[in-house]
Amino acid sequence: MPGPPALPLRRFVVTVIMAAIAASAVAAEIPRAERRSGYDLMGRETRAMQDDDTANPGMLFVLDGESLWKKKTGAVKGVAARYPAFDAREGRPIDLEQRINRCRVDRQQAPALAWESRDLLALTAYVARQSRGLPIDVTIDARTQPFLDAGRAAFHRRQGQINLSCSQCHDDLWGRKLAGSVIPQAHPTGYPIYRLEWQSLGSLQRRLRNCLIGTRAEAYEFGAPELVDLELYLMWRAQGMKLESPGVRP
Amino acid sequence: MERSTSRRDFLHATGLGGLAAGLGVASAVHVRPAHATPAAMHDAVRQVVGTARVTPGRVKLDLPPLSENGNTVPLTVTVESPMTEADHVRVIHVFTEKNPRPDVVAFHIGPRAGRANISTRIRLADTQTVTAIAQLSDGSFWSGSANVVVTLAACLEDAP
Amino acid sequence: MASALINVPERARRGEIIEIKTLVSHPMETGYRRTQLGATIPRDIIRSFVCTYNGAEIFRAELHPAIAANPFITFTTVATESGTLTFQWTGDNGFSVTQSATITVG
Repeated sequence: MPGPPALPLRRFVVTVIMAAIAASAVAAEIPRAERRSGYDLMGRETRAMQDDDTANPGMLFVLDGESLWKKKTGAVKGVAARYPAFDAREGRPIDLEQRINRCRVDRQQAPALAWESRDLLALTAYVARQSRGLPIDVTIDARTQPFLDAGRAAFHRRQGQINLSCSQCHDDLWGRKLAGSVIPQAHPTGYPIYRLEWQSLGSLQRRLRNCLIGTRAEAYEFGAPELVDLELYLMWRAQGMKLESPGVRP
Repeated sequence: MERSTSRRDFLHATGLGGLAAGLGVASAVHVRPAHATPAAMHDAVRQVVGTARVTPGRVKLDLPPLSENGNTVPLTVTVESPMTEADHVRVIHVFTEKNPRPDVVAFHIGPRAGRANISTRIRLADTQTVTAIAQLSDGSFWSGSANVVVTLAACLEDAP
Repeated sequence: MASALINVPERARRGEIIEIKTLVSHPMETGYRRTQLGATIPRDIIRSFVCTYNGAEIFRAELHPAIAANPFITFTTVATESGTLTFQWTGDNGFSVTQSATITVG
């Protein structure tokens, strides 16, 4: 079993990151005109996999979601583009997965589905697919502003053993390479995504936890308010960009 | 530990290896208990073709020269053949040299295919050569190869 | 549950070469991975895929663990007559999925 790298390597890592960050003029946020979906930064073959519905493995989940949903309705068109959204009962924003589970529990008297379960991913993919091509449109008002601010602060906060913030990579170093991979701007335009690395569909929360583990920070549990705040900030940061769900990413 | 050597060498060759390792690459790689070798691939090929001669040519293997993730690498194999009753492709075998085992897939076709042109997606554990061998209706074997550089995803999560 | 996604043209001219695309839900667990505690995750793969056209086999594939999760296979056939194409995937642990598509050939 490949264990964690030895300590000297870890020190080397930190040195490399510090050098990379020192070399870049630390920018603030990405100007609107320069925003690019991760789609634009990936290879031709991966883009082709997303573009063709008969080749996009995420469509297997959309089909599952459609049969779970049972009755077809146009009412969910555009919904995915508006989440996370404020929920009066929680007194805070909830994300699309939480909204779907709320519907199940309250209206269908069905048990909530587990995070990353096939059924929850399938339903989310089915709903999100109906917002494909629509601009991201989260609502920021007096009720959601504090949570947006919390998400923004989390995005810029250095954390984990590597002491790295999201912003240091995704605002300042996007387009550069980390090993062989291009660093994207971290716009949540394709969720839930079929990630080649996962060999499956996964939620934005899974991706965020993944990033936290990568920086050797302790990842928040699925459903944690901190993750939803980050989701809200990322969606706001991508406001107006078009949804691609189900996206394919490396 | 042999298995991680080549991966680590590759990472270092990219210059940013340390950074990738720090972001979790090394903590959740594919487990490759024993990877195949060019010799193992040779043996697997011999199992299929026996003592027959394999002639390079007629078989075209399309893979991206640089793959974004070894878990899902698109592959298209095309064999030059009229695909008639009298002259067609019977079977196409695909082999790799550095996966845990050399066999990837075998496609059985015939004149009803119209064209010998098949696509799929494969896993590549490492940067390596992929080879396809086609057996024609006259019993002859033809081969084609492609090299793929496999890069690593930057951020991995913990193993299951 | 929709386990497979198949794309076959609804109509074709007689003698036309048509492309068939297939995608099926399956993890294709290799048998070479381990959990964090070191236990081997047992192999669970699709081993065979067969396509028949009005009962006659036109395409067959033997799959190994190096085929990516959610196997995607595209191939061609000559449209000979109207009828049904049947697709069957079988594998470890009794896995079996069958799906069909119809084609009108004129």
